[in-house]
Amino acid sequence: MYDVAIVGCGVIGAAAAFELSKYELNIVILEKENDVSMGETRANSAIIHAGYDPRPGTLMAKLNVQGNAMTEALCRQLSVPFSRIGSLVLAFSQDEMKTVWDLYTRGLANGVPDMEILWGEKVRELEPEINGQVVGALYAPSAGIIYPWEYALAFAETAVRNGAELRLNTSVTGIEKRDGFYRIHTNNGDYDARYVVNAAGVHSGEIHSMVAEPTFTIRPNRGEYYLMDKCEVTRANHVLFQCPNEDGKGVLVAPTVGGNLIVGPNAESVSDPERVNNTAAGMAFVRTKALKSVPTLNFRNSIRNFAGIRANTEHDEFQIGVAAENFIDLAGIKSPGLTSAPAIALYAVELLRGCGMRAVPRENPVTTRERLCVRMLSDPQKNEAIRRNPLYGRVICRCETVTEGEIVDAIHSPIPPCSLDGVKRRVGTGMGRCQGGFCGPRVLEILARELRTDRLNILQDGAGSHILMSRTKREVSE
Amino acid sequence: MQDLIVIGGGPAGLAAAYAAYRKGLRDILIVERDRELGGILNQCIHNGFGLHRFKEELTGPEYADRFIRMLSDTNVHVMLDTMVLGITQGREVRVISAARGYETLSAKSIVLAMGCRERTRGAIAIPGDRPAGIFTAGTAQRYLNMEGYMVGRRVVILGSGDIGLIMARRMTLEGAKVLACVELMPYSGGLMRNIVQCLQDWDIPLYLSHTITNIVATEGRVSHVTVQKLGENNAPLAGSEIEFDCDTVLLSVGLIPENELTRDAGIRIDPRTNGAIVYENMETSAPGVFACGNVVHVHDLVDYVSAESERAGAAAAQYVLAGGPEGAADQPERATVELVNGDGIGYTVPQKIRVENVAKAADLFFRVRRLYGESVVEVTDGDAVIAAYRRSQMAPGEMEHILLTKAQLDRITGNTVTVTAKEA
Repeated sequence: MYDVAIVGCGVIGAAAAFELSKYELNIVILEKENDVSMGETRANSAIIHAGYDPRPGTLMAKLNVQGNAMTEALCRQLSVPFSRIGSLVLAFSQDEMKTVWDLYTRGLANGVPDMEILWGEKVRELEPEINGQVVGALYAPSAGIIYPWEYALAFAETAVRNGAELRLNTSVTGIEKRDGFYRIHTNNGDYDARYVVNAAGVHSGEIHSMVAEPTFTIRPNRGEYYLMDKCEVTRANHVLFQCPNEDGKGVLVAPTVGGNLIVGPNAESVSDPERVNNTAAGMAFVRTKALKSVPTLNFRNSIRNFAGIRANTEHDEFQIGVAAENFIDLAGIKSPGLTSAPAIALYAVELLRGCGMRAVPRENPVTTRERLCVRMLSDPQKNEAIRRNPLYGRVICRCETVTEGEIVDAIHSPIPPCSLDGVKRRVGTGMGRCQGGFCGPRVLEILARELRTDRLNILQDGAGSHILMSRTKREVSE
Repeated sequence: MQDLIVIGGGPAGLAAAYAAYRKGLRDILIVERDRELGGILNQCIHNGFGLHRFKEELTGPEYADRFIRMLSDTNVHVMLDTMVLGITQGREVRVISAARGYETLSAKSIVLAMGCRERTRGAIAIPGDRPAGIFTAGTAQRYLNMEGYMVGRRVVILGSGDIGLIMARRMTLEGAKVLACVELMPYSGGLMRNIVQCLQDWDIPLYLSHTITNIVATEGRVSHVTVQKLGENNAPLAGSEIEFDCDTVLLSVGLIPENELTRDAGIRIDPRTNGAIVYENMETSAPGVFACGNVVHVHDLVDYVSAESERAGAAAAQYVLAGGPEGAADQPERATVELVNGDGIGYTVPQKIRVENVAKAADLFFRVRRLYGESVVEVTDGDAVIAAYRRSQMAPGEMEHILLTKAQLDRITGNTVTVTAKEA
């Protein structure tokens, strides 16, 4: 019997697990994919929003600003790269300038710190490559950039180190209310838990409906992106938004914490929440809109396209609350969900306490995480690391300068990856301009060696994504 | 302090190091990131290498081995499994390896020979799912030829670059069904001999002016692609869809010189080649730093890489033997002729010639921008034709070479000459 079962291990489920794991609780996290952060968390704008977008008075507004304020300290203690570069909402007309003022007013009401309205000339000073027609902007210095999957991974790993059990490849098929607990049916057997947290992202509506009448409907909405080579990163110094409209927050241009440039997204309703394909029309839309902000963008320097899914609902608010006895929803989490995640996690603990959950603080819980990143070390530190473990001197991913030592560390971390993309999310191999063309075969070899399995079993990404089909020649025995 | 550090132990680096040794340099170091010398040749197990250089048909590893053997009789030092993290115009080289850790080396001269990488799906924005089963042709070649694994059974190849063509044959020989080779342009990007030997001989259809407009996955792996004919402005034509059930897509859509080290060092790059701007002796904008092979411009034949790299290595030796940076400072400024790309010319290498430095003749490599039949290539100085060369045909997929003699170069009076391709 578990005290708490968390359904879904994206950034929301992971953050909840992290907070809950600070208490003497038996926790199980049920994740249907073969790794954490495989849904919305893996493919979004990777922005920590300042908090001027949500309507004042909403939970969304409160959790956004609170989450933003928590991010820096959390990232420091969990070794997650985060950079508070600030954001600009650009206005291209006096009409849009009105929207910028509206956002400013909302931001004040929401408690967003240090915002300023900037006029065109000042904006161009901050962003020399920007469209000359910009008449002004809302500047929010508290906005930042992050790697969302690493944020989620850091939460999840820390929870696991505190004893939370993570069950990957475990898909919830039904939930039964028993006497004083829930019996959760999955493809991997049943799990009994006194309390259930629904953090199932685009599937949170289905999980909710297993115990309660529907109160919201997930309306999956796809966004497509470009990721640009590092040589394009100088195009933007801040997160550059356009004025929000009916299509969401519009197409942004922003540096990433890895030193690339991200461009996107569009917004398109789709019927299948698992369908995150790119489309010619979507990519063309993103290009056109982005060029309005930064006309010098060179899409020949694109290194990857991707698409993500938003768990939109019919409501302009997160669907957070008690759905049934001892069952809480952390559902309908769309933007600014990533930003809000740590605040949502604290709120979840309070909700569960409200349900009667006893939360006794754990003695000396793990709250920090260390990750050695060779390229970030000083020269003497590099040599010290290599003396300790020569594998820190063998560069496998040449574009991102990732060493074999870091890859081996990741494979033996609390949540071991089973795929090339799993390694990529942990250490950045294949993130660069050659997109794993050179390092892919080497990482695959290291994964197979460390996991003591045949290379044929190593995946590119999710279930079924086999890379190699067969041996070319049968082994000749000596 | 080394006389010469060569960055990269592929065909370019090997030839440059050997040529520098032959010219009399003794403290030469090759830094190679892989576990063995030879570079990409090691995975090119087909034959056809060396026809020009050795007058015989060798496989890639055999070709590399010729140079490795030549070097084995020298005292050229090699650091394997060692990654160069950065270089400076002051010719410092920062390297990292498991064996020696992190260190900064310095040299009187540097030869950049880092080769190139393949363009990926991300550079060309192919719509569709993003499953396993999409490989650049060279990565698939590595899995197949070096690791001994098949990457697929039913294959569609996008792009008709030489590696893609070679892989069409190679996959077929290993029992895969190659369904189509799809090329965006109205002509192939590869060598004609590869079109014949790798596609036609195996009845693999080549779809020119077509591209892949959708990739569909089933359970994480490619299951289907849609190919469409292209109309004006390369817009896919509705109704021209051809559907292929396949598990693999190979991309052979171009090669990009790997010049991150070059750029970081502030060495000037030619946007047409994506390689360093070089002089007649393969010297870059940084004195004492030379470049050769695919890091300068993408070659079709390794034989030409070797020849160009021998010139770079010899020039590096000459630079060092003439006193290195101090010696160069004593030299008078040489007049420079810049090569301008006229009609039909995609790029030239070198981009600049210091006529006084040319002993007998300057090699000039270029690619045309479209197909040419009977044609003439002219080098003109204003209205004066300095040199003209007849060609029976030219194609963007085939690198062209002309020789400008010292006598011809001496007739140049201006600061620029223009290279032009014309139908005869």
